[in-house]
Amino acid sequence: MTTQASTDHEKYYVPESSPLAVLATIGLVLSIFGAANFMNDLTFGEPGEASPAILYTGLFFFAATLFVWFRTTIRENIAGMASGQLKKSYVLGMFWFIFSEVMFFAAFFGALFYVRNLAGPWLAGEGEGGRMNGLLWEGFQYAWPMMTTPQEAVGGAASQLMANNGSFTSAETSMAFADAHHWYAWLPMWNTIILLSSSVTVHMAHTGLLGGDKKKFNLWLALTVVLGIVFLCLQVAEYYEAYAHFGLTLNSGIYGSTFFMLTGFHGFHVFMGMTMLAIQLYRSVRNGHFTAEDHFGFEASSWYWHFVDVVWVFLFLFVYIL
Amino acid sequence: MAHGPAKGISRWLFTTNHKDIGTMYLWFSFAMFILGGAFAMIIRAELFQPGMQLVEPAFFNQMTTLHGLVMVFGAIMPSFVGLANWLIPMMIGAPDMALPRMNNWSFWILPPAFLMLASTLFMEGGAPAFGWTFYAPLSTTYAAPSVTFFIFSIHVLGLSSIMGSINIIATVMNMRAPGMTYMKMPLFVWTWLITAFLLVAVMPVLAGAVTMMLMDVHFGTSFFSAAGGGDPVLFQHIFWFFGHPEVYIIILPAFGVVSQIIPAFSRKPLFGYDSMVYATAAIAFLSFIVWAHHMYTVGMPVAGELFFMYATMLIAVPTGVKVFNWITTMWRGALSFETPMLFCIGFLVLFTIGGFTGLMLSIAPADFQYHDSYFVVAHFHYVMVAGAVFSMTAAVYFWLPKWCGKMYNETMGKTHFWISFIGFNITFFPQHFVGLAGMPRRIPDYSLQFADFNMMSSIGAFIYGASQIMFLYNVIATIVAGKPVSDDKVWDGAEGLEWTVATPAPYHTFETPPTIDPAHAHS
Repeated sequence: MTTQASTDHEKYYVPESSPLAVLATIGLVLSIFGAANFMNDLTFGEPGEASPAILYTGLFFFAATLFVWFRTTIRENIAGMASGQLKKSYVLGMFWFIFSEVMFFAAFFGALFYVRNLAGPWLAGEGEGGRMNGLLWEGFQYAWPMMTTPQEAVGGAASQLMANNGSFTSAETSMAFADAHHWYAWLPMWNTIILLSSSVTVHMAHTGLLGGDKKKFNLWLALTVVLGIVFLCLQVAEYYEAYAHFGLTLNSGIYGSTFFMLTGFHGFHVFMGMTMLAIQLYRSVRNGHFTAEDHFGFEASSWYWHFVDVVWVFLFLFVYIL
Repeated sequence: MAHGPAKGISRWLFTTNHKDIGTMYLWFSFAMFILGGAFAMIIRAELFQPGMQLVEPAFFNQMTTLHGLVMVFGAIMPSFVGLANWLIPMMIGAPDMALPRMNNWSFWILPPAFLMLASTLFMEGGAPAFGWTFYAPLSTTYAAPSVTFFIFSIHVLGLSSIMGSINIIATVMNMRAPGMTYMKMPLFVWTWLITAFLLVAVMPVLAGAVTMMLMDVHFGTSFFSAAGGGDPVLFQHIFWFFGHPEVYIIILPAFGVVSQIIPAFSRKPLFGYDSMVYATAAIAFLSFIVWAHHMYTVGMPVAGELFFMYATMLIAVPTGVKVFNWITTMWRGALSFETPMLFCIGFLVLFTIGGFTGLMLSIAPADFQYHDSYFVVAHFHYVMVAGAVFSMTAAVYFWLPKWCGKMYNETMGKTHFWISFIGFNITFFPQHFVGLAGMPRRIPDYSLQFADFNMMSSIGAFIYGASQIMFLYNVIATIVAGKPVSDDKVWDGAEGLEWTVATPAPYHTFETPPTIDPAHAHS
């Protein structure tokens, strides 16, 4: 019965053997080996000079391999080797990759919710988990943002009964809106406006492309990239503020930990998404890539961009506002 | 693309062929099986008698840790990925995996990651010694510096699993031959599709957990430190949110294998195909809401204990559906007992025992007695070894003739089964008793009253371990000098597209999709 379908079936493109995977492996392994040594040098002992060199060599090698890898894929597509079915594989690949990223953020959001709703109150002696408060963390009051760590509540690391891996000094000022001096000086608000607008601009770019208007596409895409860069600059400014003026650091107890890890990983993803979009812009302007029908490189990048935008909305709600 | 494999080492390094990559995964996982097995032998040798004989307690802890990590992440998971690579494209009539170059990358990052993990044994302060579950603060405040290398190797093998799973999902969703509808797919493909969803969902959570560890160790955060407002128990929640689906990641492909092999040697179609698919999906869903049953004794609110207890017990329902379906498949079948079938029946009996002890452990108040005792060790080895490893062994015997075109030595195969079956039970059955009597897990020394059963356990372990050498010999002897098989259909009762291609399977199969008879039921 399926004979007619079988003849219609496009031939699926299975690439010839390729050294890309092994090269990427070398880059990745050098990177993590260098990074692990580097961190151990910093934390445990004699600083070695070789470790950062290994790390940077690995990262460069890895980035170079990815560049060649994507270039190969793009050239194959231009040469017409990619069938419709292969493109569907790319769509599925990108979709499930983004899903895995969602789950990565879910781990950190889960940690935030757990601490705010369960562990924090328990440490302060509330509820069924709070029986140890009087023994271990007497005087600790739970509030969010946590402006006094349990360690500080009992009078510092020296007087606490539990061993720990550091001294945790809470911030003087939090990043919450209530602590902002002026509403217009509250960077997260501007960042929200910027990132939400950039989702609109990238959509405008897509509309332009679908309508065959490459000029409109390039313009809106360039604007998106600029908004991404502005966002990152503001994020850097915020971190500078946090460290220099707010006393908010990675060592500021769980508030600092969750704040920097959530916003930090998000910022890293914005950087990745911005880079992806910038590459698509370069491809479009310089090489005239993308048509109304064939523009998956751009489309995948824009999905990624919308994804980081959605993550930001949750960050804004649960890290800055609520 | 019509040509065959390249010559020399570059064939393996640069390959994009799903069969080559599957072969590499299988050999790699067997090497890890031997390595993890060697660690187990050291553990059992130390536990042969009470008192300290062979190794230092610190080294013993490194052995239990590495044994678990290597077996779970190095042996069992990659072996089933190898099987998926070999079989899924052939079973659904696809020319290859959906993303062949990434497929190769998924494999090649594994060996260096495990090399790095194993090299921690030679580092200052020794290898990770905090158990394969790496609970904080053992793995943060009190860890040796090698923990950094451990963290990064976990990152890499998570990356490998995520890419491998995305590839499998894309292959199954996109590459099925025309007419191969979802409800016609072989059950092995179904179980792997669902496993891949689980992997994409939970591997990133594991990555998050080890990233928090990394930050706590090196950069002063306090995720798992109460002094800073965090909570060590938070680690356990995140870990088991990954860890519980992980055990289904290990066992679901095993279910798939058994669901292929039992019908073949019963010469009957699988009983209750649809219910098998729904049961697999139900198990996968439930696996996300039962994680805290690993943590009953940690001091959760009673409402939490109750919720996780009842949710865990629910899993017995779909699992029971599966066991009954396998038995009903055999009912009134024209049974024959070749090696793969023996391993599957062994699986069925022993996995059911492991399932029942799981049910015992799921009862929160009873678990306070069993928790972290040898009873738990016995339970999960009945599931991991007699479940996953037995079915994997069955799979190798079942498909090896198709892969290499030669038949293994049946007598030796059957001998391997019986020695494995007996050795396994001598090893792990007594552990139920010592566990119930109060012997804790992860200790190098124990009270005198546990001596007899422990000696028995150790003897069984050496028997089981030695029988795997016989397996290795049989496989190599088959590949090198086995009796050639010429039938496409190696086993007269086997159904499915992989048995319609030539034997040995050509380098490229289904370059044009096969035709699938719509009247034909699932295979």
